Amino acid sequence: MRKQRPSYIVIGGGLAGLAATMKLCEDKAKVTLVSYQPVKRSHSVCAQGGINAAIDTKGEGDSPEMHFYDTVKGGDFLANQPLVRDMCHQAPAIIRLMDRLGVAFNRTPEGHLEFRRFGGTLYSRTAFAGATTGQQLLYALDEQVRRYEHDGQVKKLEWHEYLSAVLDSENICRGAVLHDLRTGEIFTVKGDAVVLATGGPSQVYGKTTGSTVCNGVATTSAYLQGAKYANGEFIQVHPTAIPGQDKLRLMSESARGEGGRIWVPKKANDSRDPLTIPEEERYYFLEENHPRFGNLVPRDVASREIHDVVYNKKLGVGGQAMVYLDLTHQSAGFLEHRLGGILDIYSKFTGEDPKKVPMKIFPAVHYSMGGIWTDYEDDGNGLIDHQSPRNQMTSIQGLYAAGECDYQFHGANRLGANSLLSCIYTGLMMGPGLISYSQNLRAHFEDVPSTVFDQARDQWQERMQGFRQMNGKENPYVLHQDMGNILLANVLIVRENSKLEKALTEINDLETRFKDVQCLDTTHWSNPAPSMIQQLHCQIQLAKIITRGALIRNEFRGAHYKPEFDLNQPKDFDPHEYVEYIEKKQYGEIQEEEFPSGHVAYMKRFEECNERWLKTTIAEHKNNQPEISFEEVNTSLVQPRPRKYD
Amino acid sequence: MPDDKIIRLKIKRQDQPDTKPYWQEIELPHKPRANVISCLMDIQMNPVTRDGQKVTPVVWECNCLEEVCGSCTMVINGKVRQSCTALVDALPQPIVLEPMSKFPMVRDLQVDRTRMFENLKKVKAWVHIDGTYDIGEGPVIPEKQRAKAYLLSECMTCGCCLEACPQFTKDNDFMGASTFSQVRLFNMHPTGAMESEERLETIMGEGGIADCGNAQSCVEVCPKKIPLTESIAEVGGETTLQLLKNLLLK
Ligand SMILES: Cc1cc2nc3c(=O)[nH]c(=O)nc-3n(C[C@H](O)[C@H](O)[C@H](O)COP(=O)(O)OP(=O)(O)OC[C@H]3O[C@@H](n4cnc5c(N)ncnc54)[C@H](O)[C@@H]3O)c2cc1C
Ligand code: SF4
Ligand code: SF4
Ligand code: FES
Repeated sequence: MRKQRPSYIVIGGGLAGLAATMKLCEDKAKVTLVSYQPVKRSHSVCAQGGINAAIDTKGEGDSPEMHFYDTVKGGDFLANQPLVRDMCHQAPAIIRLMDRLGVAFNRTPEGHLEFRRFGGTLYSRTAFAGATTGQQLLYALDEQVRRYEHDGQVKKLEWHEYLSAVLDSENICRGAVLHDLRTGEIFTVKGDAVVLATGGPSQVYGKTTGSTVCNGVATTSAYLQGAKYANGEFIQVHPTAIPGQDKLRLMSESARGEGGRIWVPKKANDSRDPLTIPEEERYYFLEENHPRFGNLVPRDVASREIHDVVYNKKLGVGGQAMVYLDLTHQSAGFLEHRLGGILDIYSKFTGEDPKKVPMKIFPAVHYSMGGIWTDYEDDGNGLIDHQSPRNQMTSIQGLYAAGECDYQFHGANRLGANSLLSCIYTGLMMGPGLISYSQNLRAHFEDVPSTVFDQARDQWQERMQGFRQMNGKENPYVLHQDMGNILLANVLIVRENSKLEKALTEINDLETRFKDVQCLDTTHWSNPAPSMIQQLHCQIQLAKIITRGALIRNEFRGAHYKPEFDLNQPKDFDPHEYVEYIEKKQYGEIQEEEFPSGHVAYMKRFEECNERWLKTTIAEHKNNQPEISFEEVNTSLVQPRPRKYD
Repeated sequence: MPDDKIIRLKIKRQDQPDTKPYWQEIELPHKPRANVISCLMDIQMNPVTRDGQKVTPVVWECNCLEEVCGSCTMVINGKVRQSCTALVDALPQPIVLEPMSKFPMVRDLQVDRTRMFENLKKVKAWVHIDGTYDIGEGPVIPEKQRAKAYLLSECMTCGCCLEACPQFTKDNDFMGASTFSQVRLFNMHPTGAMESEERLETIMGEGGIADCGNAQSCVEVCPKKIPLTESIAEVGGETTLQLLKNLLLK
């Protein structure tokens, strides 16, 4: 028996990393927790709206199974179903745990948890803590981890950057190469396994709703070491963000959950004060086009509608790329109580009071459904075997991933308030599997020759030294901005193959320009310049993964909209027809007359499309390019069917 | 989209903790809705001073850019605040940027606030639970009390209150308003309250609440409008009671 306690290296202290750390500590493990900045400042604090769990406190008939159905449907069936189902079944327990940890969730008059509605569902299943749910959840986990740190079980390495995994001769991960962002020292740490909980990659697009460290670099580094990257092309564009210079600040979906209405003046370039425009001269396009879901259609649908109104119908407010998000019909007291902090953000950055004037918003890059590929093991009953070491393991043995940086759960489009859930869920769920992974290892990191670690360190020292010495003509920050602009112009809401081809060429040009970068600072103390160049290098690779995936996937699914391949769903189509169609098909040929006119042809198109494209995109690094292949999705529990949000 | 106005910045820089600080003046094209951080980002793209000298980009700390992470605190035109919400159009120019003075210098506008996190450990700023297994909902809490706690739990450890506090210096152990407010938060929670005596004992000791001079400079600068003086008064009252209890039980 090994005397040492199992020990792990967790990279990232957002919700996923902290949840994993807490769970592992509870199982007596030792954890080294690594983060760019103090973990309490991680991006998760930005989440405003809430976290989902089907507890059904209002007798609406909600259940974890409904939550599961909404999630896979919202994601256009591209998610592996046993994992999603397990997450939805664990959700109520997760909310109860967070409640016990002291999260200041809003309460009912009786003092129990309050829930509200969010996009993509007809139920009130979103728990929330004022306007800063993410901050409150993160602090609760941060506090638990601080307790374990106080007790000596956790060692925090903040102001440290993860560079890569240390792989032994059998390609098993035995530790990590780290970079001390103050001293510049590069060194390795050893552990039974490494968990990447490094969040989303939105900074690849330059301007987004994300925080500045959401750069996607850690997972891309793993991809460059041979790990599979999955569904990169599925980037969620949030319909409602506030235009700004440094950031496109999010206006939470809860603004619509609490009655916010989206509209534009019916007359193009109407320059009147919005409050003076009479009802009948306003175009509430979401409500008109989706009478049942109204303003609470899922994000991909809302973003496309806004795009259409602005660019095709040319009805943007004042001729600009903006639409109104209007809350002025709600009472000031109600808004203060339910949305106070969220509306404060708008006033703080625009100087206007959204309680009095309609907000002006536009879609912005927000979330990546794709991420590093991870495994799972189901229990044969449509849920997950929580003891399995395969859960959340990447395609590199011993390298795990959790939170926004993995690709599971959200398929082709994420529903609001499901991400905080998936982050905490993966962090907690993977714990027992990680412990059993350690216990079943034949050889541990102690048995790995020290040269393996020394070589990894030396390689990175050389690499970073190389970046530090780059003395060309290109400013890396300008390159980063240019890269973002390529993606914003070509790989966003509406995708066309000609533009995607163009983007790939432009990214390749950018890669050439990268060789001529100048390291703007060559000093040796607290110098971010060499890291920035290394990050840019990875992000160029990631831009290729996203763009190539988008180019190859010739269909319209969730956030990936290619009008050329729209299957043109008949207006009077009911998704249940498809279930009936599939059932009937088992008993022989279907007659056209059995369904309304044109429906059978549509369903055939849909079926063929799924056969070809209802697959996970896998990118692997070959010859400096992403090589794309496809993998089956587990749809064993719910029959995929056309989405419709009427 | 730049217009023809310019933004003038005067930035205090320091290469290392033990080297001398120096000033740089930089001019940038004005952009609508610009804030101090968008200016620092613009400098990265063209790090040149007003007199044409090429310099290294400024080093600072930021992350969320929407005033919830607490990273980006600096002294702007003499006042400590978050730089992400410092809108250029609302500031007289030149905009003077300095690092906080009460924490160890790292580089330029970046300082080391480890002390704040260490204080959170000292006062056990957490709810000690039995474990993560599902044993049901937390305690029932009236919405009013929840709302009160929520105000306190928005503290983002930014350090503004400490920079402004006359009692908080680089070479003493004073814990400061944010720490006392966290004590109040956890003592308020039904489960957290089970460790309230230990928390109170801690802030009755070295660097504790007795050293607070009640100058109230802290509450004026808190970007999250946390009712710090109220917290100090309430926790102060609790420590007095605790003191009496200690005397009686001895
Ligand atoms: C504005 C906004 C609002 C949102 N609101 C909601 C909401 O209401 N509900 C919802 O469900 N979801 C919401 N989301 C999504 C959700 O916030 C994120 O998906 C989630 O917080 C990600 O958490 P995480 O733990 O995966 O990573 P993060 O919280 O992003 O943390 C990543 C961690 O990794 C560290 N890190 C990264 N790379 C490295 C490296 N190379 N070396 C060292 N450390 C590294 C970082 O320092 C950080 O500690 C929102 C997102 C945004 C942008
Ligand atoms: S009241 Fe005064 S002395 Fe006390 S913490 Fe606040 S600023 Fe410091
Ligand atoms: S109390 Fe206010 S000023 Fe002090 S650290 Fe917290 S948020 Fe910042
Ligand atoms: S960057 Fe987070 S508070 Fe300013």
